[in-house]
Amino acid sequence: MSEAIAAADMAPPAAGFGEAMRRSLVGRLVREKPLAAVGGAVFLLFLFCGVFADVLAPYGVNETDLAQRLEAPSWSHPFGTDHLGRDVLSRILMGGQLSMVVSFLAAGLATVVSLAIGVVSGYFGGKTDMVMQRGVDAWMTFPDLVLLIVIISVVGPGIPQIVLVLGLLYGIAGSRIVRGAVVSVKENMYTHAAQSIGAATWHILRRHIVPNVMPVVIVLFTTRIGAVILTEAGLSFLGLGVPPPAPTWGSMLSGTGRTYMYLGPWLALAPGLSLTIVVYAINVYGDGLRDLLDPRMRGTQ
Amino acid sequence: MQAYIVRRLLALAPTLFFASLIVFISMRLIPGDVIDLMLAQNDIATGQDRAKIEAALGLDQPVYLQYFRWIGGVLQGDLGVSLWRNVPVADQLWATLPITFELGFLALIVALTVALPIGVYSAMRQDTAGDYVARSFSLLMLAVPGFWLGTLVMVFPSVWWRWAPELEYTPFFEDPLKNLAHMIVPAILLGLSMSAVTMRMTRTMMLEVLRQDYIRTARAKGVGEALLVARHALRNGLIPVVTLIGLQAPLLIGGAVIFEQIFVVPGMGLLLLEAVFQRDYPVVSGVFLVVGVGVLLINLAVDVSYGWLDPKVRHQ
Repeated sequence: MSEAIAAADMAPPAAGFGEAMRRSLVGRLVREKPLAAVGGAVFLLFLFCGVFADVLAPYGVNETDLAQRLEAPSWSHPFGTDHLGRDVLSRILMGGQLSMVVSFLAAGLATVVSLAIGVVSGYFGGKTDMVMQRGVDAWMTFPDLVLLIVIISVVGPGIPQIVLVLGLLYGIAGSRIVRGAVVSVKENMYTHAAQSIGAATWHILRRHIVPNVMPVVIVLFTTRIGAVILTEAGLSFLGLGVPPPAPTWGSMLSGTGRTYMYLGPWLALAPGLSLTIVVYAINVYGDGLRDLLDPRMRGTQ
Repeated sequence: MQAYIVRRLLALAPTLFFASLIVFISMRLIPGDVIDLMLAQNDIATGQDRAKIEAALGLDQPVYLQYFRWIGGVLQGDLGVSLWRNVPVADQLWATLPITFELGFLALIVALTVALPIGVYSAMRQDTAGDYVARSFSLLMLAVPGFWLGTLVMVFPSVWWRWAPELEYTPFFEDPLKNLAHMIVPAILLGLSMSAVTMRMTRTMMLEVLRQDYIRTARAKGVGEALLVARHALRNGLIPVVTLIGLQAPLLIGGAVIFEQIFVVPGMGLLLLEAVFQRDYPVVSGVFLVVGVGVLLINLAVDVSYGWLDPKVRHQ
């Protein structure tokens, strides 16, 4: 019996996303999707700035200098200073770090949730699928932002809550996509072969289903990072995100900051531009990655 | 057609049930101090009142009974009373819902006016410079946060030209022009952020239709491009776009929250935000429920119109 299982294991799945392909992926991305490669590079740049923000930031995040309030951009303050004399560049860098931490954690959690729901719902089908999918339907009925506002109002703001809530939100929404992929993989010969030789369900899921939906999952993770960054910024903008005085891109555009923008319009530029550029880069990269990894989803959004 | 509508309604029932459960559970998750909060706000603070309020809220009953009590009230239009203003939540919702609806409707018009022509153009001129510009624009619009656009529109015109968008709300039936002067800026911004996806969808659908045999036949018999698009391609290409409008309803409402906050539009979004900051939980859950049911109803309407537009769907 164990020989039979081993034979079934030699079917395409494991080899499909093997080492060779992983090595050439970067090369293919640069050759076939130059724009996506640029997007990926820009995102890596932001990631780098986020990781080394503590070193790169020329001033302290909450270091105030009342003599230099609302200074226009200059060599000593490339993005100017805000109403408390804090260096905007330093705050953008630290805000970027916060965005990266929240987005990687939340997108990671979302991916795990999507995978769990999608695999169970897609593989087992039948009544389980029916009930779970009606639940997902109901969840997706509520606008992301409204759902978040309501949940945050109950659990209170803070980084752990935001990661948890965003992860759950995008995890449930994304499970639809994983489920679709699982349903199609399930009908492949090698899955049927494994089932007919009596392989354990857990074994089939681990060796055949999950590896074959990985391309979808990787693309999902990538695009979710962009979505989480945008949504977290929106929440911070409304005053429901990471609480002050933590510098987030969203909160830099809201509240007291906004009243001073009439005196220092540069305050409105840096956070919004950073957001737009990083999300645009991820979207372009994610689109290219999807075309390379998952030809079936080409053209869908 | 009737059978189709009945089928759609039946399919809606389980989703509605789960949606109501989500709202109910979100209310149950409220930390225990909600009664303290109510007592503090109503200036009655004795131990005896606490038990009374618990009984009034039904908190002393088993959870499933609490759900049935609550859903029974909801079905009769009873959404509880605002802790802050002491008026029925249902009244507040009736007052704010039309305003958000107006904003959403205007935004939809803006989105379609922008997205349809550009989407069709992009498909007709596939892979030309114009197509690339249009597609890059739509990708960019997906990345630009709405609240940043709103902030820019608030700040820069006033810094450069001493012009600021109107921030005072006037009811439509009091002075339609003043009302529109206020609503038009948030509606344009909301519409623009919606147009990105619609544009992409229109382009994809048009490309699909343009490859069909009947289009080639029409071309072969010498139908002009303009007529080809208007009479042959657009009619079929736009049907899925109708679905998209339904899919975008949640996006529209989420965006409305942001723009209502920036431009001080007293709609449901602003009501929700105020209620969240005042910890006015009955109002929060009221808005939550109405938004969910609203989106489901919009989707039902879209499904029904879809069946009406495309007979193939009806008979599946």
